[in-house]
Amino acid sequence: MSNIRSYEERLKGFDWSVSREVLGWTEGELLNIGHMCSDRICANGGADRTALIWEGFGGKKQTYTFDDLRVHSNAFAKLLQDQGLEPGDRICIFMDKIPSLYFSFLGILKMGGIAQPLFSAFGDESLEVRLDSAGTRAILTTQKHVKKVRKILDRLPELKHIIVVEGNEAKLKDGEVFFDVEAAPRVEEFDSFRAEPESPSVLHYTSGTTGQPKGAMHVHSSVWGQVLTASWVLDLRPDDIYWCTADPGWVTGTSYGIIGPWALGITQCVLDSGFTSKRWYEFIQDNRVTVWYSAPTAIRSLMRDGEDLVRAHDLSTLRHLASVGEPLNAEAVIWSEKAYGLPFHDTFWQTETGAMMIVNYPGMPIKPGSMGKPFPGIGAGLLDLETQEPVDEPGKVGLIAFRPGWPSMFRRYWKKPDIYRSKFAGAADDAMPDELRTDESLWYVSGDRASVDKDGYWWFVGRDDDVINTGGHLVGPFEIESALVEHEAIAEAAAIGKPDDVNMEVVKAVVTLNPGFEPSGDLELSIMNFIRKRLSPLAMPQEIEYVEKLPKTRSGKILRRYLRALEWGEEVGDLSTLEDD
Amino acid sequence: MAEMKDVVLEYIIDEYVDEDDDLEVGVDSPLISSGIVDSFSMVSLKIFLEKKYDIKLPDDEATPDAFDTVTKIVELVKKHQG
Repeated sequence: MSNIRSYEERLKGFDWSVSREVLGWTEGELLNIGHMCSDRICANGGADRTALIWEGFGGKKQTYTFDDLRVHSNAFAKLLQDQGLEPGDRICIFMDKIPSLYFSFLGILKMGGIAQPLFSAFGDESLEVRLDSAGTRAILTTQKHVKKVRKILDRLPELKHIIVVEGNEAKLKDGEVFFDVEAAPRVEEFDSFRAEPESPSVLHYTSGTTGQPKGAMHVHSSVWGQVLTASWVLDLRPDDIYWCTADPGWVTGTSYGIIGPWALGITQCVLDSGFTSKRWYEFIQDNRVTVWYSAPTAIRSLMRDGEDLVRAHDLSTLRHLASVGEPLNAEAVIWSEKAYGLPFHDTFWQTETGAMMIVNYPGMPIKPGSMGKPFPGIGAGLLDLETQEPVDEPGKVGLIAFRPGWPSMFRRYWKKPDIYRSKFAGAADDAMPDELRTDESLWYVSGDRASVDKDGYWWFVGRDDDVINTGGHLVGPFEIESALVEHEAIAEAAAIGKPDDVNMEVVKAVVTLNPGFEPSGDLELSIMNFIRKRLSPLAMPQEIEYVEKLPKTRSGKILRRYLRALEWGEEVGDLSTLEDD
Repeated sequence: MAEMKDVVLEYIIDEYVDEDDDLEVGVDSPLISSGIVDSFSMVSLKIFLEKKYDIKLPDDEATPDAFDTVTKIVELVKKHQG
């Protein structure tokens, strides 16, 4: 019997307080995610239980108990406090998936800071944009990645502390602090910050169609959403060995790679090395993984490598599989059932929602390719594409929207109240974030399109904007285009998604060249590597098309949707605003 | 004329390894499984090989495993040079 037991029964009289029951929470306990994921587990008898099984490249392996988690996160919290950092300060974590990432995340929350995890493959330009936007005061990084911070430090006046947690201390520059938590004295006691439910906890940056990425701010009470979905959807139980493959630079890696499972006292595995199917299967086999939360891109790569490789490993410990990041195609669901004897359960949610919203539940019949059904307590609806009025006709495509008020909902975009307001259908022109997030007469509009069938299953259709979903990561075209035109050869640029069998979409750049430059193989490679280093491998165009002129509106705005429609073989739609030749 | 493995190794070191990284990368060093080259960046490496050696590498052969060392990459390129 699964934790959720019956989806239909759970819908009846649902109240989020059931999340407190799942945790055995009593009124008056300290609501601080850092404390709840470590001290609270220890206090309830879990000190010696394994919290983290970590493997790096080259056979490196470490195991940590919940007591280790408590002590090491205490050490980070104390270090940050000793550096003069205060509650509310934005503290960036910029490192690979090493153990200190996990310890420092909890440590930041324990001292009241706002954790700002960033994907370590970001180039210096992507890093600068996000640190500048957040007014980040400290960054925790490693010798491998600190070079990118040094390159941009002069332009970040609010960034006062650079703390290097791994590498060679002798290679640090003046002003940088070295801190090896496992060599440092144990910090047995730390008085965690008395967080309120609305105290900020995590700031995750996410991309939109226009402008630079925005910081979606979450709060400590998000834990109620993350705990309950981890229990009912991932079906986590005390004896599980759980593997979430996501990097905590993205929201899945914090909501379900740290907060949900550890608040429940679950043992987690982390693999910090590059992807190969064989390595992943060995990891599952060696660590006897029982619950596996992964992404369609990885699943499709595993499919490519075939069932013989599956059969060459003992994966018999697996009992539940789930997927997130982009729609999971029906073929992948069917294949996983055949290859592993278990279907992947697709889950739909976003950085902004903080936790799962529309999902396939253990025990509920799966319609392969469907997103599943809304989580209990989530008021999900479809809005008409034009009028934004609710539609309830089976099969009709609309905008996925949610009634505000679920626990893990983002509370604002960092210093961007106007953009936050623009996400709510029906909002007054002067409504502020605290009104918007609690007004259940509004709709938070997700930016994705779907339809609902007569049985209540949701079916993903696509994005409602120009954001590119590549390998489960959202990449903003504006950020790529801004970087592209910094290349000496490029005059103008448009970034669009193009179909890809494994990653759903990859970035394609359509560019015009400056005088004196001609299309060539060398130029294509130069542009690709330029973007890869400045932004990230995810943002790197995998194809570059050279054109004489980009299609624009009469007001001079590049018509990405026209280019995208051509790329995908879709109707180009209304072109009345297209600039005349 | 430089050997293919030297050309490929030099390109990888130039493009994917920082100067002051304490990494020693050789022809049999793991590239993908070690994280030196990620799966997205494999595309630019593939394009480099295709242009440099005037070949076409089919997507189903340009796998993380086939790109995991310079030695394996050279084997793949030579196979497609005919």
